[in-house]
Amino acid sequence: MAWTQLIVFSALFLFVTYMGFVAARWKSGSTLDHLDEWGLGGRKFGAWVTWFLVGGDLYTAYTFVAVPALLFSAGATGFFALPYTIIAYPLVFLPVLRMWSVSRARGYVTPADFVRGRYGSSLLALLVAITGIVATMPYIALQLVGLEAVLRSMGFNGAGFLGHLPLLIAFVILALYTYQSGLRAPALIAFVKDILIYLVILVAVIYLPIKLGGWSEIFGDAQDKLTSTNEATGKPYGNILLGPNNQLQYATLAFGSALALFLYPHSVTGILASRGRDVLKRNMSALPAYSLLLGLLALLGFVAISAGTKPLVNNATGRPDGNTVIPELFNGQFPAWFAGIAFAAIGIGALVPAAIMSIAAANLWTRNVYKEYIRRDASHAQEAKQAKLASLVVKFGAIVFIIFIDPQYAIDLQLIGGVIILQTLPAVAIALYTRWLHRWALIAGWVVGLGWGMIMLYGIPNPATKRAHFGGSALPLGDLSILGWHPFGDSPMQIYVGFVALAGNLLVALIVTLVIRRMNVSNGVDETTGEDYHVDEHTENLRPIAGTGTEPPKAEAAPAP
Amino acid sequence: MTSSGETRGKVTGLVFNPWNLLLIVPFIILLTPIYNMQEPEFIGMPFFYWFQFLMIAVGVASTIIVYRMTRKVPTDTASGDDPDVDTLDEGSVR
Repeated sequence: MAWTQLIVFSALFLFVTYMGFVAARWKSGSTLDHLDEWGLGGRKFGAWVTWFLVGGDLYTAYTFVAVPALLFSAGATGFFALPYTIIAYPLVFLPVLRMWSVSRARGYVTPADFVRGRYGSSLLALLVAITGIVATMPYIALQLVGLEAVLRSMGFNGAGFLGHLPLLIAFVILALYTYQSGLRAPALIAFVKDILIYLVILVAVIYLPIKLGGWSEIFGDAQDKLTSTNEATGKPYGNILLGPNNQLQYATLAFGSALALFLYPHSVTGILASRGRDVLKRNMSALPAYSLLLGLLALLGFVAISAGTKPLVNNATGRPDGNTVIPELFNGQFPAWFAGIAFAAIGIGALVPAAIMSIAAANLWTRNVYKEYIRRDASHAQEAKQAKLASLVVKFGAIVFIIFIDPQYAIDLQLIGGVIILQTLPAVAIALYTRWLHRWALIAGWVVGLGWGMIMLYGIPNPATKRAHFGGSALPLGDLSILGWHPFGDSPMQIYVGFVALAGNLLVALIVTLVIRRMNVSNGVDETTGEDYHVDEHTENLRPIAGTGTEPPKAEAAPAP
Repeated sequence: MTSSGETRGKVTGLVFNPWNLLLIVPFIILLTPIYNMQEPEFIGMPFFYWFQFLMIAVGVASTIIVYRMTRKVPTDTASGDDPDVDTLDEGSVR
């Protein structure tokens, strides 16, 4: 048991727990019994809070643990995370503004709310909501994997249920303060999380290369290790550069992940919680600061190779757990107290997104399933109550997920989630601009994209871990089959499954739209107007927040002209 | 230059501004062959890595320029003291 690390970790963990509970009173509105307040923090976060919140939301334990682990085990392909977050912001810069405005104008809390209003179709909204919940669940589980990697490195490496017990305790605490404080809890804790993370990474990327003989040495060691033969596959592990067959995969994975990023319900939650369009625009320029951090962090995977770090054997599975590479690197190279800070940074870094994701999933459940199908006349207070309960259910669902599934597959789970959520792009993102695609065509495209995506993922083996199915998201073009037709012969070049599935989805949506338009099938009623997509915080006659009939506090503070 | 209709002084429909095209520039990072190489190295880092770090700055520049150039000329509502990022504002609650 690593006592020093454990004490530092526990102290910081207790501190954020305290923050999580008092957050309920932070900038609180008149009531927490409304989804605008519990689920969106009162829709009034300014530039700084939004930066910490969205940053804490998007750059998760997946970032801290799994990306470096991927570089550690496979080399350059793992670095896709950097181009992914570079293009994500220019890509969503404009659509996100429209999403914020229409949601502010119409009181939407979830992306599925928007689809409901845009197409007047509760079925399409339900599909979008379910897709969001299903894609978010493994993402929450992934946060648990990050947390558990840290706990195991600190000595809580038990087998069976006992091995998961510390994780369970941490999550119960998280569940309780999220239940009480809603989105304000992760927003406040995100400050602590990000400051710790920046501190740890900056120290790590300056101190470790000096200690290990410089970057030249590190890349040299990494290349030697990666190009040696992996006994499980008989091929090299990887390379520090891309090869001829994985460049297309690298680019399409980066692009597909960027497209998916703001389709995730928790990203939308972070966006809708901000005060106005200006806050969002500034953040699109400020959020890439995290990308720099992410790139540096990823390189720690190579640093770990150079330092001779060995992944810990997970006593629950009996196999080496790649996700422990970074915690083990910190354990081996830093003084115990600083390793404790690093562990706290990763641990808290798992809690913030887990809280936001569970809130987002709870919002989806409440707005698009409960209120739509179970209790149509639910009051705002009942909605808030339902969402609070749903956030508990979602979190424990994720725990069950993690206890029964090997943590080694964390990154693959997230990649599957990415493939799934991408299939809502036509109904959510394209619909922000046009209603040309017919609602039944969107449903058809969704079915095809999702089905085809899952079939392709199912067929991808992973020789390194000896699994025949769901071994990754890189599909050799030679295996790409359209009803038995192989358009690319037996090309070994790889492509991202999500990208292919989305292409299929769009094609089907396009064709069905063309056909269905000749048959005069209703395309639903659009409750949004052109103006809705341009409202801003100071627009006159805005719908009041939290339905209290009073103007939000900011209006009072705004200077009279 | 807004290419779509404004009705009753309010913006509707699509607003297109040529500056927005700058948002396409960072996408050159998807063309892997232009940077997938070892040389030239920078402080021991292969070109593949430091080029992508450099592209972060390009991405930031593109969004900043678009933000600045497409900002609406201050109208009656946005009077003078735009709450600043540097003042830890959260402008509203007091």
